[in-house]
Amino acid sequence: MKKKSVSPSHLKYLRNQRRNKGVVVTCQLLLVVLFLGLWQLLADKGVIDSFITSSPAKVWTTFAQLAKGDLWRHVGVTLMETVVGFLLSFVIGTVVAILLWFSQTVRRVLEPYLIVLNALPKIALGPLIIVWIGAGKEAIITMAVLISVIITIINTLTGFISVPEDKLLLMKTLGANKWQTLWKLVFPSSMPTITACLKINVGMSWVGSIMGEYLVSKAGLGYLIVYGGQVFNLSLVMCSTVILCALAGLMYLAVAIVERVVTKAMGL
Amino acid sequence: MKSMLSLSDVSYVYHTKRGETHALDHVSFDVAEGEFYGIVGPSGSGKTTLLSVLAGVLKPTSGKVSVDGKEGTLGAVGYMLQRDQLLEWRTIRKNVLLGLEINRSLTPDNLAYADNLLKKYGLHEFSSSYPHELSGGMRQRAALIRTLVLRPKVVLLDEPFSALDFQTRLSVGDDVHRIIKAEGLTAVLVTHDISEAIALCDKVAVLTPRPATVKSVFDIDIAENHDTLARRDDPEFAKIFKRIWKELEVHEEEIGESLSPQIPTQSTS
Ligand SMILES: Nc1ncnc2c1ncn2[C@@H]1O[C@H](COP(=O)(O)OP(=O)(O)OP(=O)(O)O)[C@@H](O)[C@H]1O
Ligand SMILES: [Mg+2]
Repeated sequence: MKKKSVSPSHLKYLRNQRRNKGVVVTCQLLLVVLFLGLWQLLADKGVIDSFITSSPAKVWTTFAQLAKGDLWRHVGVTLMETVVGFLLSFVIGTVVAILLWFSQTVRRVLEPYLIVLNALPKIALGPLIIVWIGAGKEAIITMAVLISVIITIINTLTGFISVPEDKLLLMKTLGANKWQTLWKLVFPSSMPTITACLKINVGMSWVGSIMGEYLVSKAGLGYLIVYGGQVFNLSLVMCSTVILCALAGLMYLAVAIVERVVTKAMGL
Repeated sequence: MKSMLSLSDVSYVYHTKRGETHALDHVSFDVAEGEFYGIVGPSGSGKTTLLSVLAGVLKPTSGKVSVDGKEGTLGAVGYMLQRDQLLEWRTIRKNVLLGLEINRSLTPDNLAYADNLLKKYGLHEFSSSYPHELSGGMRQRAALIRTLVLRPKVVLLDEPFSALDFQTRLSVGDDVHRIIKAEGLTAVLVTHDISEAIALCDKVAVLTPRPATVKSVFDIDIAENHDTLARRDDPEFAKIFKRIWKELEVHEEEIGESLSPQIPTQSTS
């Protein structure tokens, strides 16, 4: 929509912005290289004990070995648990938030329970979950859901309720019923809150699934980390942690892309 | 002339935890078909409450509201709220169609009517633009068209121009006035701005402080069909302004708070 003619001063501004971005990215990469280099150097010189701290080279060797073996199975298991947990907590959280939005009475009845449940450290429920659900991947997914679902409900509901009074009045004057108000006004205007909440949930569901794996698992990255710790194979621990970082980053990116596509489609 | 909108003895009481507030006290008036009816009153007197009752959003505690002889108003009146209240994630056309979507009346006939209104009032090329791409004036026009596509008999306006800067306010006021007159609609305009009421309206009712009743009604005898900017230059304008100002001032003394003075301004230089 904007005109394409650009003034010299604006060109200069754009160039500066680009240069700035270049500097930031270079520094970010440099930081990684520096960190890895120092780590390797200190390990090689024997300043730090690479049995305890491992070293980039050892981590890499471990990774190469694992990649030939069943690394991908472990990655697949954890990824599945995390993504399923993430999606379930989104769906359950949103549905409950909608129900609570519909009825102010139910909302007021349940409010203290939500607050207490939110404050409860979910790991405390671990033993109960294992007894009730069994020591399988279902228990891990339950953990991932539990850890993020309450805060999803609370955040989404807050978004729903903070829709401006004037906009609600508009829907009323147009004769909208509650469902129409929800779909045409409340849901779209809460999109920013919902996507912000989703981004936080990415991290939460990884916490849930890894924590669940610590408790019960026979496979997965969390299992590898615990196993590595027990047999003092710290290269395995480091390697799994690095993979975890990469996966969590990628998942965040995926959510951010979905957010951008959705907001663009909505014209925001 | 035939009466289009009629209120008889309408009262409204708000109930809250802190107690009850009598907002409207036996308000009665009639608006004739095609008339542009203004309502001015001290702040907090109950103007918005009055329009909400007229719109059918609030049920009067007692009294009767009827449109075109039939009791009840929901559906027969269109309500233009303060600020345009366009939904940012909808295109202008989708915003305009919101009411029809809600009524499930997106018939080809109604769609054609909506597009026709957009074309007639110069918004057609912005049909697929989003509200933030439009000027304040154009947004207000889109909000008016959103009201008009529902083919109301009466249009209610609650300080619809108060968010605009003075210059825009004059031209948008004129714009809205012209469109409503062109469509042959009856309108009720609530405003703080006495000069706006005089420039736009055929009659102006002055409300008392809360609980509001109609204190007096002024006939605005400035040549019809004048554009509202020219009306502001009419010698009659300043006279009526003074009379309404006095009428309101009496209340101000009674409740001891000040209404921001709106001095009539020469609009053409
Ligand atoms: N939802 C509500 N609950 C309780 N009291 C209310 C409510 N809405 C308005 N009131 C009270 O009723 C009175 C009239 O309010 P109203 O908004 O109708 O006045 P107004 O003339 O539109 O005011 P303004 O000039 O500020 O727009 C005020 O004293 C207000 O405090
Ligand atoms: Mg008001």
